Amino acid sequence: MNKIFIVIEREFMTRIRKKSFILLTILMPILFVGIVTVPVLLASIDSDKKYTVALIDQTGKYSPMLKDTGKIHFIPVEKMTEEVRDKDNDYTAVIVISNDLSQDSLGATVYSHKEVPVEITQYFNSVVRDNIKEERMAAYNIPDIEKIIEESKVEYSVPTVKWTDDGDEKKSSYEIAGLLGVILTLLIYTFVLSYGGMVMQGVMEEKTNRIMEIMVSSVRPFELMMGKIIGIALVGITQFLIWGVLIMVVMLVAGGMLASDIDPSQAMAMTGGMQGVPMPESPQVELFQIIQGMNLVEIFVLFVLYFIGGYLLYASFFAAIGASINEQADSSQFMMPVVILMIFALYAGMFSIQNPDGPLALWCSYFPLTSPVVMMVRLPFGVPTWQLIVSLMLLYVTAIGVIWLSAKIYRVGILMYGKKPTFKDLVRWIKFN
Amino acid sequence: MDNFLEISNVCKRFVNHVALDNVSINVPRGKVFGLLGPNGAGKTTLIRIINHITMADSGSVVFDGHLLRGDDVYNIGYLPEERGLYKKMKVGEQAVYLSRLKGLSSMEAKKRLKEWFEKFDILDWWDRKVEELSKGMQQKVQFIITVLHEPQLLILDEPFSGFDPNNADLLKREIMELRDQGHTILFSTHNMASVEEICDNIALIDHSKVVLSGDVDDVKNRYKDNTYYLVIPAKAELQGVEILSQEQKRNKKYLVVRKPAEETNSQFVNSLTRQTEILSFTERIPSMDEIFLRVVRNGEIK
Repeated sequence: MNKIFIVIEREFMTRIRKKSFILLTILMPILFVGIVTVPVLLASIDSDKKYTVALIDQTGKYSPMLKDTGKIHFIPVEKMTEEVRDKDNDYTAVIVISNDLSQDSLGATVYSHKEVPVEITQYFNSVVRDNIKEERMAAYNIPDIEKIIEESKVEYSVPTVKWTDDGDEKKSSYEIAGLLGVILTLLIYTFVLSYGGMVMQGVMEEKTNRIMEIMVSSVRPFELMMGKIIGIALVGITQFLIWGVLIMVVMLVAGGMLASDIDPSQAMAMTGGMQGVPMPESPQVELFQIIQGMNLVEIFVLFVLYFIGGYLLYASFFAAIGASINEQADSSQFMMPVVILMIFALYAGMFSIQNPDGPLALWCSYFPLTSPVVMMVRLPFGVPTWQLIVSLMLLYVTAIGVIWLSAKIYRVGILMYGKKPTFKDLVRWIKFN
Repeated sequence: MDNFLEISNVCKRFVNHVALDNVSINVPRGKVFGLLGPNGAGKTTLIRIINHITMADSGSVVFDGHLLRGDDVYNIGYLPEERGLYKKMKVGEQAVYLSRLKGLSSMEAKKRLKEWFEKFDILDWWDRKVEELSKGMQQKVQFIITVLHEPQLLILDEPFSGFDPNNADLLKREIMELRDQGHTILFSTHNMASVEEICDNIALIDHSKVVLSGDVDDVKNRYKDNTYYLVIPAKAELQGVEILSQEQKRNKKYLVVRKPAEETNSQFVNSLTRQTEILSFTERIPSMDEIFLRVVRNGEIK
């Protein structure tokens, strides 16, 4: 068994030293941060831009209301002249108000040679809207009407609380549980497909390089296969850990920057909420409580169990495929059924978010080929223990069975060159001693 | 005789065909043993059985006095016909890896590799990727990897294919040296010239069966067919002798003649000298090439 570690070591070391690995591992978090920050950055760059707008107010009613903002500068103009229309003047847009807008909503138009910037129309709309609203309210002649309306604006969302088995009450949130489920599902899906694919590539490489015969004269094929599967899993886990740490660091830095923006009363509320003093809770505290209420340790342990089971199952499939084929071109034909299964699992998982305890979710979280993906959706919502046990047992029994079958195909396949095997051949290889 | 490897009654059946049918071979210790046979005869299957890659259906393989075990692979160095290396890995690193799988520590492997690389004058390849080496260069590295753990048994499957004559000669000398150090070498090839040069014993496998085996000289003797090279003066005529071919060059006649089976050499020579002067008389011993063809093509088994 000593040799399996030598194989694992090689698989691990050669892969993490690859330039592509190092690049991807560093670039992904940068990409991630980029996706989050670039739109914000772009928006802030854009905000420096200033617009000059020519205002032709034939009613004379609105021009006092349309005050210059930081971005928009209004210049009153008598009437539409050729000079105003000229393409090369400084005006970004020309607003023509020809009628009282509370009477005639089509009484104003914005002209421009280019697309009218959203900021201009937004500002104009809000000014006009407020004015119309004021006028209409005033028409009712009710004293303090503004205050009455302000007070009648209420936002409400009912708190949901989940009873746990030991009678505790925990705050729950459908949205956050669903989000966590999706994240876990995607993690398992991407990991299994990309690293499982890597196992297949690795086996094919050994086969096409003709190194297999040298290898199997010193290592048992089973050790070689498992060494590769485990070694590549470790590569993936290393990558995920590095990403996790990098993203956490970025989050902390970003979090620190956010925290300085929170005013002291809110910070008080946060600490107060954690001490159990009933105080109006800020969204952060609520989020914290919801996540606390989900039993993260249990979710994490189960995630790891499904992760390992699912990876072993699919990776050994991929190893057998890699061993059976001789050329890259043949791989797609054999990959297809496996990929279709994975995609089906992903879809089943996504649909299960709507109804985590429905029949689709239930059966797919038992079926071992889909359970690692689908169960992830259900986990944050809480799954009965007996269902977990049945599902995990099915998964691991199947995984061991598939490893056993794959090892047989692998043993024969790695030394078979020449014609592309048919599925009938594969069955024969399994039967062969 | 002390046999390092005794293969007895080994059978191996695949779904569509029989690869080995009751094969028995004895490989003497410290000798070079040639495993011959046409393509698809079952040589590779036999080699794989010895390497513990596949199992025989029946029969036994005795390795150095005991039944073949899994850990005997540490004492076997195998250079397959289909040989390759990890293309993206560096030469030195890869050699260390493969040697560790054969049971060497990484320190020991490095030490021995440096020695061999120096001997073959390829030390500057150490940090190069395999894909940068030519095929012949890769073969050298593979040979070193095969012998590095100083196995008692070396199995070389077509070792000379892909080598230029210069390197083939180098390899030949290494093989002979390893033999002189006491290693047993099992050598599979189609190249009959190299068999005559370096093999002490051979076995010829055809259609899954051993059809011929033994000491090389002994085998050749068995395939002698009483033919002789004879050189006589051009004007001489022979009577009552079966002449297989004749050729005249200047004042000499070069003949191939057959001796009647019941006569001894002396009687035959006597009968010739009575007729003419003999310039040269040599027994024609068949080449391994000829024996191979006669066995495989005509089924002429002796």
